[in-house]
Amino acid sequence: MPRKMTMTEKILAAHAGKDDVTPGDNVWVDVDILLTHDVCGPGTLGIFEQEFGQDARVWDNERLVIIPDHYIFTADDKCHRNIQILRDFVKKQNIKYYYDPDFVNTEFGSGFPSAYRDPRQTTYKGVCHKALPEEGHCRPGEILLGTDSHTCTAGAFGQFATGVGNTDAAFTLGTGKTWLKVPPTMRFDFHGEIPPYLTAKDLILAVIGDIGFAGATYKSMYFAGSGIASLSLEDRMTLTNMAIEAGGKNGICDVDEKTLAYVRNRSTRPEWTVYEEDDGAEYDYRNQWDLADFVPLVAAPHSPDNTKTAYELQQQNVKLDRAYIGSCTGGKITDMLFAANILHGNEVRIPTFVVPGSTEVHADMLRLNLYGRPVADADAHDTKANTSVYDALQNAGCNIGPASCAACLGGPQDTFGRLNEPINCISTTNRNFPGRMGHKEAGVYLASPLTAAASALTGVVTDPREYVAEPILTGEAGLV
Amino acid sequence: MNITGTAFVLGDDIDTDQIIPAEYLSYNPADPEERKYFGMYACVGVPDAKSGLPEGNKRFVPEGAFTCDYTFVVGGKNFGCGSSREHAPLALAEAGAKVVIAEFYARIFYRNCVNGGYLLPAECSTRLIDGEVSTGDTLELNIETNTLTNQTTGKSYDLSPLGDVKPIIDAGGVFGYAREQGMIG
Repeated sequence: MPRKMTMTEKILAAHAGKDDVTPGDNVWVDVDILLTHDVCGPGTLGIFEQEFGQDARVWDNERLVIIPDHYIFTADDKCHRNIQILRDFVKKQNIKYYYDPDFVNTEFGSGFPSAYRDPRQTTYKGVCHKALPEEGHCRPGEILLGTDSHTCTAGAFGQFATGVGNTDAAFTLGTGKTWLKVPPTMRFDFHGEIPPYLTAKDLILAVIGDIGFAGATYKSMYFAGSGIASLSLEDRMTLTNMAIEAGGKNGICDVDEKTLAYVRNRSTRPEWTVYEEDDGAEYDYRNQWDLADFVPLVAAPHSPDNTKTAYELQQQNVKLDRAYIGSCTGGKITDMLFAANILHGNEVRIPTFVVPGSTEVHADMLRLNLYGRPVADADAHDTKANTSVYDALQNAGCNIGPASCAACLGGPQDTFGRLNEPINCISTTNRNFPGRMGHKEAGVYLASPLTAAASALTGVVTDPREYVAEPILTGEAGLV
Repeated sequence: MNITGTAFVLGDDIDTDQIIPAEYLSYNPADPEERKYFGMYACVGVPDAKSGLPEGNKRFVPEGAFTCDYTFVVGGKNFGCGSSREHAPLALAEAGAKVVIAEFYARIFYRNCVNGGYLLPAECSTRLIDGEVSTGDTLELNIETNTLTNQTTGKSYDLSPLGDVKPIIDAGGVFGYAREQGMIG
């Protein structure tokens, strides 16, 4: 009889063709999906051609997914040249899943591209970790590798997902395989319902603050309990997204009806396997929390484990110069709804940059009202019903850019929202290392979209509890 | 076999954005000419006061140059955390470094060093950055005995065994290893 295993161990065992695996085992596994983008794609493809030959074919032209997202809206010629490298490879290898920024002209390529006019009318998708499930590439039980550390986001779908470098990706591209050391699992149980003034961002900042910024190095992070079941799929993505900020190899959540409803509606393949955690599986660490005990949290500069309560920073009157709402961590449609409900009918006091995580998020911001329902169905007497998320943010004075990774990782100097001066910014993104969002002396405060929005209204770090009187309804946002 | 050279010392939690800031990632590492620029900009994201400890305010690579004279990069805990960009070990190697020594590494950086064959990622349980090694000291790594000697101070340190990854490091990376094993042609 095989040993009692965690979900992560079961997925790795199945993909290694073994009955069971034990933490510390090195196994060669079959990879289901390999993800790359415009920043790591050219290097990966270069290594692939160097090692396997110019005429080599990829292992499976339906399992490599290429989603350009990082350096799209910039005048840097090299960035546009890199997109052309992806285009040429896609054509040569007949890659099925490629999401082209069709408004970027690389042929004569110079200057700042004009953005997509209509987010529903472009092949471009935006941030890969958000676009990947939208386009049906996330399924329970699979192994996903991506040339980006936030590939762990997809663990919210009950799969093993982790970031790799260019060499690893190139190896998988030619062989369909990679070697992995089976990680021990840390288990985090959350009980109860999430209060309306919190999002999963507060939960993951609490976890990282607790175990430290390297506390899960080489380990798997399993998020369990009724509290996780109460979270939306998008909020679970926020949790697993930041597993890497504790050094985690992967983050993973149980599969339930919320997961399956989304995957059934989206998946490009008809089959997947749901693995369940065994009773008696072994854990390297366990901790549990009651969601009612949490308060809104902020990670102060310059580390994601430098956790403070929003309340204590508010008491210290920590002044901000900018707010930023976006990225794979905090740029999903529910994140936008959270922020828009706080900002609706008010005006921001500091420059506030909003970047949808994907063109679908952008389209949903135009389509949905502040209850997460279609604006067209609205009651004309209820301003929350007849105002779109997009309009609520714009009317509050936010500067809304096109879907992209944008300033989350700084990027070229002309990147939308980039911190080009040593200023303080509150951000729904994932990292606040020196220089992460641009200037290396700038200070980044990581927070939930609720805390970021409340802080945008005051210009100081602000506890959002007094701004959230009742639960924010998210309607159909992000459901299927 | 021994590796001897000069040390450049950094602190704890050196993330890959500090090793190579995102604004330089538009260079294509597959292009030999562009690849050199990763050396030019290696470690420019480290805040000045923490660059080249203990004094700080030292550049890893001189302004305008593509390479430096440092063979060893010495860090503390959690070296290479953050972004998975393989450009980070590549940048250190392009600048001329051969070895990184840290108390422990973030997983993806370590994997990239090993599988890409860029640098030898050595681990030392002694905290070298608090006075044991200063920027400019001459270090000698003895690969046979797995020991590090600071020739400037005369002190020696045992390094942690490389363990499971040693065959991959010895093969020069995952491609070399897979060829040795007959996995790929």
